[in-house]
Amino acid sequence: MLRPALLAAALAAAFPAHADTELDTLRAELQELKAAYEARIQALESRLQQAESAATTEASLPSAPVPPTESRADTGSFNPDISLILQGRYAHLDDVEHRAISGFLPAGHDHGLPRGFSLDHTELVMSASVDPYFNGYFNLALVDEEVAIEEAWFQTTSLGHGASLKGGRFLSGLGYQNEQHPHAWDFADNNLMYRALFGEAYGNDGVQLKWVAPTELFIELGAEAGRGAGFPGTDRNANGAGSYAMFGHLGGDVGVSSSWRAGLSYLHAKADERDGELEDLNDVEAETLFSGKSKTWVADFVWKWAPDGNARERNFKLAGEYFRRSERGSLLCEDNLDQGGACDGTEDAYRSRQSGYYVQGVYQFMPRWRTGYRYDRLDPGSVDFGLNSASLAVTDYKPTRHSLMLDYSPSEFSRLRLQVSKDESMESVSENQWFVQYVHSLGAHGAHKF
Amino acid sequence: MKRLLASFLLWLPLGAHAALNVFACEPEWAALAREIGGDDVRVYAATTARQDPHRIEARPSLIAQMRRADLVVCTGAGLEAGWLPVLLREAGNARVQPGRPGYFEATRFVSLLEKPARLDRAEGDVHAAGNPHIHTDPRNLAKVGAALTTRLAEIDPQHAAAHRARGEAFDARWQAAIARWEARAVPLKGMPVAVQHPSFSYLIGWLGMVEVATLEPRPGVEPSVGHLAQVAARLQATPARAVLRAAYQSPRPADWLAARAGIPALALPYTVGGSARAGDLFGLFDDTLDQLLSAAR
Repeated sequence: MLRPALLAAALAAAFPAHADTELDTLRAELQELKAAYEARIQALESRLQQAESAATTEASLPSAPVPPTESRADTGSFNPDISLILQGRYAHLDDVEHRAISGFLPAGHDHGLPRGFSLDHTELVMSASVDPYFNGYFNLALVDEEVAIEEAWFQTTSLGHGASLKGGRFLSGLGYQNEQHPHAWDFADNNLMYRALFGEAYGNDGVQLKWVAPTELFIELGAEAGRGAGFPGTDRNANGAGSYAMFGHLGGDVGVSSSWRAGLSYLHAKADERDGELEDLNDVEAETLFSGKSKTWVADFVWKWAPDGNARERNFKLAGEYFRRSERGSLLCEDNLDQGGACDGTEDAYRSRQSGYYVQGVYQFMPRWRTGYRYDRLDPGSVDFGLNSASLAVTDYKPTRHSLMLDYSPSEFSRLRLQVSKDESMESVSENQWFVQYVHSLGAHGAHKF
Repeated sequence: MKRLLASFLLWLPLGAHAALNVFACEPEWAALAREIGGDDVRVYAATTARQDPHRIEARPSLIAQMRRADLVVCTGAGLEAGWLPVLLREAGNARVQPGRPGYFEATRFVSLLEKPARLDRAEGDVHAAGNPHIHTDPRNLAKVGAALTTRLAEIDPQHAAAHRARGEAFDARWQAAIARWEARAVPLKGMPVAVQHPSFSYLIGWLGMVEVATLEPRPGVEPSVGHLAQVAARLQATPARAVLRAAYQSPRPADWLAARAGIPALALPYTVGGSARAGDLFGLFDDTLDQLLSAAR
């Protein structure tokens, strides 16, 4: 608005004296130009005002229709889905110096159970489509001074014919609970069976091929080969695979209210100087090294019920797993005579056949509230220490545990749990354990499997 | 086992069938697919009208059906976020992965209401893309039906003409039905209602009713007695003519409030199969309108 006026003023000032006709026409043209500019600017201003007022009314109406989005609706961007799991608990426990399941070689590193308040693993999970051909998934478990990549894998989405290939570090598809991270467990602690078999769960660096049959009955077959560094195997410096697993699952519905899944799995692992701490016949800590083969069979069964298949109000879940494990090889019991122990460094044949199971039922009796009971029982079976039976004790004690839990979930993303267990997994200890636990998930928490 | 696997793979093409397998996440899409696909499709409905589509277990039977599907018809907009991704991941079916022609999301073809201005889980189980219960407005079903007709013709070119013919026939009948329903629904205009969950926003918008209260304090959060008492107090100031709930939702909160406020609680079928009369899409709206009109009288 200002500029044409200035221009006109400047021009008028530039030609003050000669008021001839030419200048008059020029002035008239300039006046015209100025008027036109002003009209156009006014029109623009009014349009801007209109647009602004329209925008504010649209914003004040929350139910104004929005055009459908073409991107992935949930995330709306290329960023992976990120979620963080916060877990912590209060545990009321007896003061037990060394927790180990009687009659079983201890599985891997055991964090033990801290008494009082403590923080569980904090899990960071990211997942996304890599491209039209792959999905990627990443799960990081954080505890003090320790970061563990629990899972980091890709999975094909475009092979078709029911087949998919997974590669990287992943939790094995064997059994039922194995693929669940602790935040998805129905109880505050792991069952005895998985603790004895794998410590927490069997993870592997390798590849998994899975195939689903084109039938109405759910039939899934899978095979895995991998590094086999986790218990019951050991890490190795070699080409090829250190462990392999095979599993098959069947499943279906019974009517509209019930559904089930059952499976059978086999894990073969190699161990080379796998160490474990045992109490010897003199009740002194002895370090053992096992080298050999470990074979595990797992049978699993899950049954879920909800009235009309609507799990929102009430639902019930029954799950059970049974295992048999046989190990063959040699066991070295390191010399601990100095500490008053019974081992003198003998290495001899070792053979074991062990089994165990757990069954658990969880019932949601009203929205938000669930209660559950779990029974654990292990059978040390037959253990042959060979020459080492002179220094290591064989027991026929059967570890058991009863657990009762009650949990409350204000929403799908938060859960508070109270659990009481009568733990008799150690021959000399009968312990009442109390847990108060929270599990919260932040962010785009992915869907859970059946 | 390898030989077994190979033999299965070889045998697979022989097992291919004439009819297209359609996996419908919800009964309304199953009904729509049956209307348009006719005998050229075999439709599997993953859920029933008695089930909450937000909360479905990724059951093995659903994975098995997903494995065989040629076309997956779902709502999208996050409604199935708790189970559909697991089915897609576990089934190993490349045809129906998102982005492929075999994956059809109904909410892509209509405008969504109630897109939240603020995305925070403190607001409850909100859907980032907007309210996904689009099928309660029959005009949306017409749009989705047109898109589904195109899609069926695309992935089943052999029967494309038949799909188009059925799609057009359905659209004609559907538009006539909409005109009929709109004429009948004139008394419903401006009728104030309370809803249990924002399941009927599109229905309410279509019929020009007014939603004066929601029983859930936040979407997906069960109403407590204290909250219901507050809603009842609010209804004294701005009375509603009825409390609406979907057949799958618990009757307790709606019945409690209805008794308190002295108004009827309506268990609308919500989707196909939600009541004896809602045997198909036409019956669904006939029954819904009858119930609403009886409350308006």
